[in-house]
Amino acid sequence: MPIEVNGKTLETDEEGYLANLNDWEPAVAEAMAKADGVELSENHWEVINFLREYYEEYQIAPAVRVLTKAIGKKLGKEKGNSKYLYELFPYGPAKQACKYAGLPKPTGCV
Amino acid sequence: MAEPWEEDEGPVKKFMYVNRKAPYGTIYALESLEVVLIAAAFDQDVSLAFLDDGVFQLKKGQDTGEIGVKNFSPTYRALEGYDIEKLYVEKESLEVRGLTADDLIVPVEVLSQDELSKLMDEQDVILSF
Amino acid sequence: MATLHTVNKSPFEKRSLDCCIRHANPGSAILLIEDGVYGALKDTAVSDKVSGALDGRKVYVLGPDLHARGMSDDRVIDGVEVVDYAAFVDLVTEHDRVQAWL
Repeated sequence: MPIEVNGKTLETDEEGYLANLNDWEPAVAEAMAKADGVELSENHWEVINFLREYYEEYQIAPAVRVLTKAIGKKLGKEKGNSKYLYELFPYGPAKQACKYAGLPKPTGCV
Repeated sequence: MAEPWEEDEGPVKKFMYVNRKAPYGTIYALESLEVVLIAAAFDQDVSLAFLDDGVFQLKKGQDTGEIGVKNFSPTYRALEGYDIEKLYVEKESLEVRGLTADDLIVPVEVLSQDELSKLMDEQDVILSF
Repeated sequence: MATLHTVNKSPFEKRSLDCCIRHANPGSAILLIEDGVYGALKDTAVSDKVSGALDGRKVYVLGPDLHARGMSDDRVIDGVEVVDYAAFVDLVTEHDRVQAWL
């Protein structure tokens, strides 16, 4: 189902992931979060921005285990665990955060 | 508290992914990489071997902009983060293709044909692509 | 320790058989299947190479794939054994691992 962001209609797949990576802008994440009833905090944005940088460098969305480890390395140990990330993104850090970040669904994420 | 994936999952087997095809012309290289990334969740002893045209998968400087397919070569650099650190490349395959380890996008261990044959015979499972 | 190598490409189109033979250590076995069965034939450009591989290794060819391509058992290189599907299964179970050369 397409989503409306800043007057533009953006294509998504059947699970709500953005069809074109280049369509992303911060307002896309805001709109997706709003539809889920989530208000994005600084902590959410840290993870979303991290995912976008990871994708830019490696051309994949990381598996949850890899994301957790890398977040711990970059943002500190208290954030590098699945409890913290699941509290921020209850639908699954890889799934929900990747979606907000405009990335494709992570490989191996069921 | 330990993360779920840190718990003991029983016996570890040696899995080797053997890559023998060049990228883009066929789907083998990308499929192999995707299987490797998915299987990384199972905490096995994983290694990747690149021989024959498979060595072309690791060539630096790939730019697929003009053929309209995704350049997946940067993903080989993500393997370290997935704890996949054993990448072997066959020396003879590099040489006949005019390549050296300096042409490759990731650090690898270059092995002779004999060394690689021996290593393959030590695996529990070989997955061919 | 022993590996069963399988080759499923024609040696006249691809180098899979060549690469397989280079890596097949003594004591291992090679099974030619699908288009790979053309590598088992006498009097071809690759016959000598396959005969050479018999030194220290076993070489098998899958009969059903051979016959499907109009090739009879008497055209197979001496020393190369023609096997059926049941023997294919036995070969897989008797070896420690299977390595496919695609």
